[in-house]
Amino acid sequence: MSQVAAVHPTVEPAESPLTPESWGKLGMWAFLIGDAVGFGTLLAAYGAARATSADWPIPYEVLGINLTAAMTFLLICSSVTMVKALEWLSKGDRNRCQIFLFFTALGGAIFVACQAYEWGHLIHAGLHIDGNPWGAALFGTTFFLITGFHGLHVTAGVIYLVATMRVVGRRPDPAASYNMVEITGLYWHFVDLVWIMVFTLMYLL
Amino acid sequence: MAAPAPAAPAPAPHGRTHQHPNYMMIFWILAILTVLEVGVIFMPMPRITINVLLGAMALAKAALVAAYFMHLRFEARTLGVIAVTPLAIAVLLIFVILPDSFAIIKQTEKRKPVPAATAPAKP
Repeated sequence: MSQVAAVHPTVEPAESPLTPESWGKLGMWAFLIGDAVGFGTLLAAYGAARATSADWPIPYEVLGINLTAAMTFLLICSSVTMVKALEWLSKGDRNRCQIFLFFTALGGAIFVACQAYEWGHLIHAGLHIDGNPWGAALFGTTFFLITGFHGLHVTAGVIYLVATMRVVGRRPDPAASYNMVEITGLYWHFVDLVWIMVFTLMYLL
Repeated sequence: MAAPAPAAPAPAPHGRTHQHPNYMMIFWILAILTVLEVGVIFMPMPRITINVLLGAMALAKAALVAAYFMHLRFEARTLGVIAVTPLAIAVLLIFVILPDSFAIIKQTEKRKPVPAATAPAKP
């Protein structure tokens, strides 16, 4: 171990020219780019299934958009609380950072609860993964697959946020947590960004 | 014996932090775009116009989140180029699928559409 690494345990032994702050940040970007390809493929497949179907239902008439518009607004709010958490940490205020991380996780948890309610309502109305009363069976398949995949990301994000909040609380030096909070934020904003596309493509178009 | 490699410089007291833009302004722009998106689908306009507007607004929102919330605006340009790659791959995939889609559309045009059932009450 180099002398610097021994004195500053949070300093990594080498720097990435793309993300000089940490290798962890570059790692998260690599993960997000791979994940984005996954979502992109799913959405492109959704577009192809829809374009080739003669009886694809009009999504906003079947799914309803009042609740999902509110859910979209909620995720945007949670993105703001996430950047505020990072901003407070950069000013050295761990407590406010933790408060904003808590509100971010709460926003995510409410989003997942709303999605569970929406799924329950739609399943009760007849929308299933293998068919529905309004038209193409793939409508339900793609809906549950893509919103479910996104919902899993949000659930993982809530757990990640709670873990980050605990680490921030344990480390007395705010600077030691900055990279971790920033990397957590990257993941959370990505989840928000993907929902923006899902909301437009699967509910509004 | 080779000389030891020079030690890396010690970090600043609070590490390397980003600029923090006016997040509330970004929030309001995102909120207004979301309201416009929901409103535009009920506007008396041709469907193609509505779709183009929805696509443009969604891309604008995604770009704002990536540039300011994910701080891509303040990162190395190369990272931004790499981050946009999935979008290019998705567009490429659409063009790969298009020929098949057009062929199937031509075949399905001859079919009669199935009458739709009543939509459920909105959640």
